[in-house]
Amino acid sequence: MALAKREPAASGYDLGPLEFTGSQMIWEALLREGVKIVFGHPGGAILPAYDALAEYEADGRIHHVLVRHEQCAAHMADGFARATGDVGVCIVTSGPGATNLVTGLATAQMDSVPVVAITGQVPTNLLGTDAFQESDVVGVTQPVCKHNYLVTDIAELPLVMKEAFYIAREGRPGVVLVDICKDVQIETGIFRYDFEINLPGFEPWPEYSPESVQAAAELLNESERPLILAGHGIHLSNTSEELLQLVEKAGIPVVTTLLGTGNIPETHPLSLGMGGMHGEAFANRAVQACDVLVAMGMRFDDRITGRLDRFAAKAKIVHFELDRAEVGKNIVPDVAVIGDLAETLPAFLPQIKERRHQEWVDTLSEWRSETDEADIIQFEVEELIPPFVIRQLWHATEQTEKRVIVVTDVGQHQMWESQYYIHEHAGMLLTSGGLGTMGYALPAALGAQMSDPDALVWCVAGDGGFQMTLQELATIQQEKLPVKIAIINNGFLGMVRQWQQIFYDKRYVGTPILSPDYVKLAEAYDIPAAVVRHPSEVVSVLEQAHKTDGPFLVDFQVKEEVNVYPMVAPGAAVDELIRRPKPGYVQGYSGVQPSW
Amino acid sequence: MQYTLVAWMRDKPGVLNRVSGMLRRRNFNIDSLQVSHSETPGISRMTFVVDGDERVADQVVKQLRKVVDVTAVEDITNRLAILRELALIRVRTTPATRGEIMQFAEIYRAQIVDVNAENLVVQAVGTEDKVDSLIELLRPFGIEEMVRTGRVALCRGDERPKRTKPATSIFKAAASLNGSGHGDPE
Repeated sequence: MALAKREPAASGYDLGPLEFTGSQMIWEALLREGVKIVFGHPGGAILPAYDALAEYEADGRIHHVLVRHEQCAAHMADGFARATGDVGVCIVTSGPGATNLVTGLATAQMDSVPVVAITGQVPTNLLGTDAFQESDVVGVTQPVCKHNYLVTDIAELPLVMKEAFYIAREGRPGVVLVDICKDVQIETGIFRYDFEINLPGFEPWPEYSPESVQAAAELLNESERPLILAGHGIHLSNTSEELLQLVEKAGIPVVTTLLGTGNIPETHPLSLGMGGMHGEAFANRAVQACDVLVAMGMRFDDRITGRLDRFAAKAKIVHFELDRAEVGKNIVPDVAVIGDLAETLPAFLPQIKERRHQEWVDTLSEWRSETDEADIIQFEVEELIPPFVIRQLWHATEQTEKRVIVVTDVGQHQMWESQYYIHEHAGMLLTSGGLGTMGYALPAALGAQMSDPDALVWCVAGDGGFQMTLQELATIQQEKLPVKIAIINNGFLGMVRQWQQIFYDKRYVGTPILSPDYVKLAEAYDIPAAVVRHPSEVVSVLEQAHKTDGPFLVDFQVKEEVNVYPMVAPGAAVDELIRRPKPGYVQGYSGVQPSW
Repeated sequence: MQYTLVAWMRDKPGVLNRVSGMLRRRNFNIDSLQVSHSETPGISRMTFVVDGDERVADQVVKQLRKVVDVTAVEDITNRLAILRELALIRVRTTPATRGEIMQFAEIYRAQIVDVNAENLVVQAVGTEDKVDSLIELLRPFGIEEMVRTGRVALCRGDERPKRTKPATSIFKAAASLNGSGHGDPE
């Protein structure tokens, strides 16, 4: 039996045996898992559980956030989980309630976010009869869950709840769904929570082999041009510190994945920022030129590798990874270190020689100076362009004492945020990297803010993605949350439009998108808002947003047809990228053109 | 090439669906899949025949291990193993052909398990190759109906799978299980 590594919050609750209804058991289990906030939407098949919730809400033990669409319940649980590192919980009814969850669950699962979803199901005697609001939730969600359960017998309920949290939390985190029949919620049974978890097929924490660490160290010590490619696993295993020690001891430059953003401070001289499809040219050139690539807690997604057979072709590859199945899935490494980074990194560090790799670092600096993206930002611009907005947002948030969390949606603004915002630490950026779910930002920002009311949470979304889940403005107001919202409004589904421009001969089919008057919309929800049309207004409006207690919405009406560069075309190698246009050809800039 | 994998799993509702769903989702090419009880109550045993290269087989094993209800997975491709399949074949007969069909069956140590005026049912047990070749012999007589179980496998003596957790090791493509042919002394 694998032992739990991450203890749930100490609950101090009686572990039983106690007599409860199934509904009470749900909440009692949540309490014992340290859950205080759930995101949900009631309905017929989950009504008994909601009825039982009354007593837990009355004394403040559990707070329920009513969402306006079940997809957002999952996104909020996801945002909550990413911001806290512990399990986020959502609860919805059967049928449409549960099927609405699917996108949110898939989003969390793709990005290894621990979420437990509880869904009501029709009573056991109606199972399989196509009863009202019945759907095969376990069947529907199976491919997007780490594991899921259908509970038809109250005797199983406490153990299932405990296993659900255990599986979601332990090892590579993920989504577990528990589908509970309505009659099970109503029945009374014996509740206990002192079970030993016995899951012989579940191997959350594979033991690392010291030989593999040694082999990895030998490769790295001989390297002249080493590079680290750091992913989400660094953040999940809380090993940013160890990574930084390694980087500084051995003088190794670091490229991150999108979800690895901030693994080492982006102001660090050895940080090359994000690699892959929209990574800077010098980061991708580094990947292609290195002789040893140490990948840590990442899965060689196609957005980071580009064309696989030409990815890091000159390099020996070392793969530090917890999930055995990720090793050899896309890239077969020369050395694999399978295990928890919290164990393998500390074992690795003392075996690494102190090095500077000056020549290599100098080469990279030279490449970097060719792409001095900082210049892009500093110049005065006549038109409002998104990179400028993002950089100003960074300047504005840099001054705050508060914990800053930026939540981005999916598309051009997401890539600009990643390029022009300067992330100082892991976990600062929450974004849907794997599934690429439009509509993620607003509900996830809400979930993150629920976990930390004092944090400064910025939701950055495009006009397309924002309109997918904007109904949650009501939830923000109902919960009185101070979420700040920046809409990067360019009148297009911008990333799709960019692809149409580059790969489809500029045929803009289905991409021009109408927006409502966002200031009026915000007013309808009683949320203060402002519109920004000119670069000169950006700073003052951001100040106004920060000074406002409570939520604030800014509609940045940016220049329409601006592209994200550099860009690696799908199927191309990561060094065959489309660079930023040369000075003089760039729209949106005036005066002195920076030299890119 | 073909790989033979054996997986043990908790005998729970939907577990077959979990496994087959994963195989479908990950686009693995499965030639045959057979599920039955094992010697342990509450544990089912599945035998897979996977078509692909060693990386595919390696991925199937690893992805199977990630299914929570799957308790163990073994690649027994390179072990000495008894590989068997059972087939029931209904062959059209005339008084003139019945004798010949029965002779073929006897050569293959197959049994006649049902007989009437128009047809008979041959029960064949053996490796897939053997069953295939019997079927080809019977085909000209007219096969009216047929069912095959898919491969089941049991390792010989000391080749028995240990069903323990795999030791974490340095992954090398060449080091994963490969090779060719299935040991069958018959």
